[in-house]
Amino acid sequence: MSAAATTSESFLERAPLLLRDAVTGFLPEPARWLANSLLSIVAVLAVFGLLFAFLTLAERKILGRVQNRPGPNRTGWFGLLQPFADGIKMLTKEDIVPRAADQLLHFLAPVTLLALSILTFAVIPYGRHLVPVELDSAVLYFFAAGAATELAIFMAGWASHNKYALLAAMRALAQLISYELPLLLSFVPVVLATGTLSTTGIVAAQGGWKWHLIPHWIVFTPWGAAGFAIFMVSALAESNRSPFDLPEAESELIAGHLTEYSGFKYALFFMAEYFGMCALSGMAVTLFLGGWQAPLPVLEFIPSYVWFAGKLLTLLLGFIWIRATLPRLRIDQLTRLAWKFLVPLALVNLGTAAFWSLTSAWSGPLQLLRWAVALVLVAGPFLLLGRGLTAGLGPRTYRYA
Amino acid sequence: MHPHPYAFLTLFAVVAVAFPLVMLTVARMWFRFFQPAKPGLDKNAVYECGVAPTGDSWIQFKAHYYLYAILFLIFDVEVLFLLPFAVNFTSLPAGALLAMLAFILLLAEGLVWAWHRGHLEWK
Repeated sequence: MSAAATTSESFLERAPLLLRDAVTGFLPEPARWLANSLLSIVAVLAVFGLLFAFLTLAERKILGRVQNRPGPNRTGWFGLLQPFADGIKMLTKEDIVPRAADQLLHFLAPVTLLALSILTFAVIPYGRHLVPVELDSAVLYFFAAGAATELAIFMAGWASHNKYALLAAMRALAQLISYELPLLLSFVPVVLATGTLSTTGIVAAQGGWKWHLIPHWIVFTPWGAAGFAIFMVSALAESNRSPFDLPEAESELIAGHLTEYSGFKYALFFMAEYFGMCALSGMAVTLFLGGWQAPLPVLEFIPSYVWFAGKLLTLLLGFIWIRATLPRLRIDQLTRLAWKFLVPLALVNLGTAAFWSLTSAWSGPLQLLRWAVALVLVAGPFLLLGRGLTAGLGPRTYRYA
Repeated sequence: MHPHPYAFLTLFAVVAVAFPLVMLTVARMWFRFFQPAKPGLDKNAVYECGVAPTGDSWIQFKAHYYLYAILFLIFDVEVLFLLPFAVNFTSLPAGALLAMLAFILLLAEGLVWAWHRGHLEWK
């Protein structure tokens, strides 16, 4: 956390900084840096640890509601103590490692996975003054750390010495690298428009309003909306969430790369998956939804971190809702969607963003032309490629039903 | 005091690795003192739907996936080259833009080629 707060800001905006200074203010300088850093790391871990706990509960509650059943309701009011009960259960479950497994890799896989997914939290700006570290190449760092988790998933599948786990790991790798591309390509236009790789810079570039009404968020441009959609679909696939949960397709692969994991190691995998989902949603908020910026000038009195949390929770609710709605894809549909639809769309989107950036000086009727061209560039490839995606795949007919 | 950002990242990495290790240690302590492990011949066998596992699973595997990996590698490097270009986009001369356009089109052509050869079909 950095950047000295100016006194003109509201008390709530500065509250996290004041709290930090109250705790570490008396320390001499080198120790103070260490204490401040540790404090912000512990804060990130505590907030996202609790978010993880209650997200699992919210997910089960919402899935229950969607499927017309109450969901967990025995532990505490509305099942509020369920995450803690689950945690204690995981802790007391025996950790069974197969004799044939590669013991070292089997142990290292969950540790690597969780460590890497925690590392991605380091560069997200959670509020005006709440960014753990300001890097010039923050976005690159984020996606590098995120992409390295793929290695840990393959490690888990390979080390288990289990046929299902190995098959699932192969599949997971094919899925994750396929969707890594649209994920990476969809944020390049944002970098192109804002001219920076720093997350604070990208959020700052989205500040301000047009006619005091429409925020300058990237999602409100044609290419930004397309990029956001591509990013979110890829984020769903990257976090192994339904409808892209093929690596853990229970009906085919038992539990995929998690088959031979039990006890607390399983809990670490589970945690890493939710951390990954939270980090990708946080990055989507930062890149496309204006980060911690308020949507309207009159709403600026609400502290920035509340806006960030609101946007993040909305996206996470979307993840859960999609899980409750869509059935799982087949592996051929999955790779086709990535390579024949999302990657070309993201490439075209890059061109659209370049056009948008080059014509930013146009005004009056030319502004209308600019919007029209950009909309055609977004919608045209979408319709054309979408037609190719379903070519030869008519709706299923039931002859004897 | 403003130390290098990587100093913070190193600290973050240390805590990030320590976090799962501490939790696994707590779990191990629990087994050590309250709930000793009871390994067994069947219990510690590889899980294959309840029947005795047959054969080895570390065998030569039909990895159709390698084509995706090669394609991924090409495009991943492309994105790395795109980023510095994108950061400086507004200050680039027209010649640089054309060069970058040629670069992107060459790679897009690679995708079209793979598409036509049917390498993107799942077999």
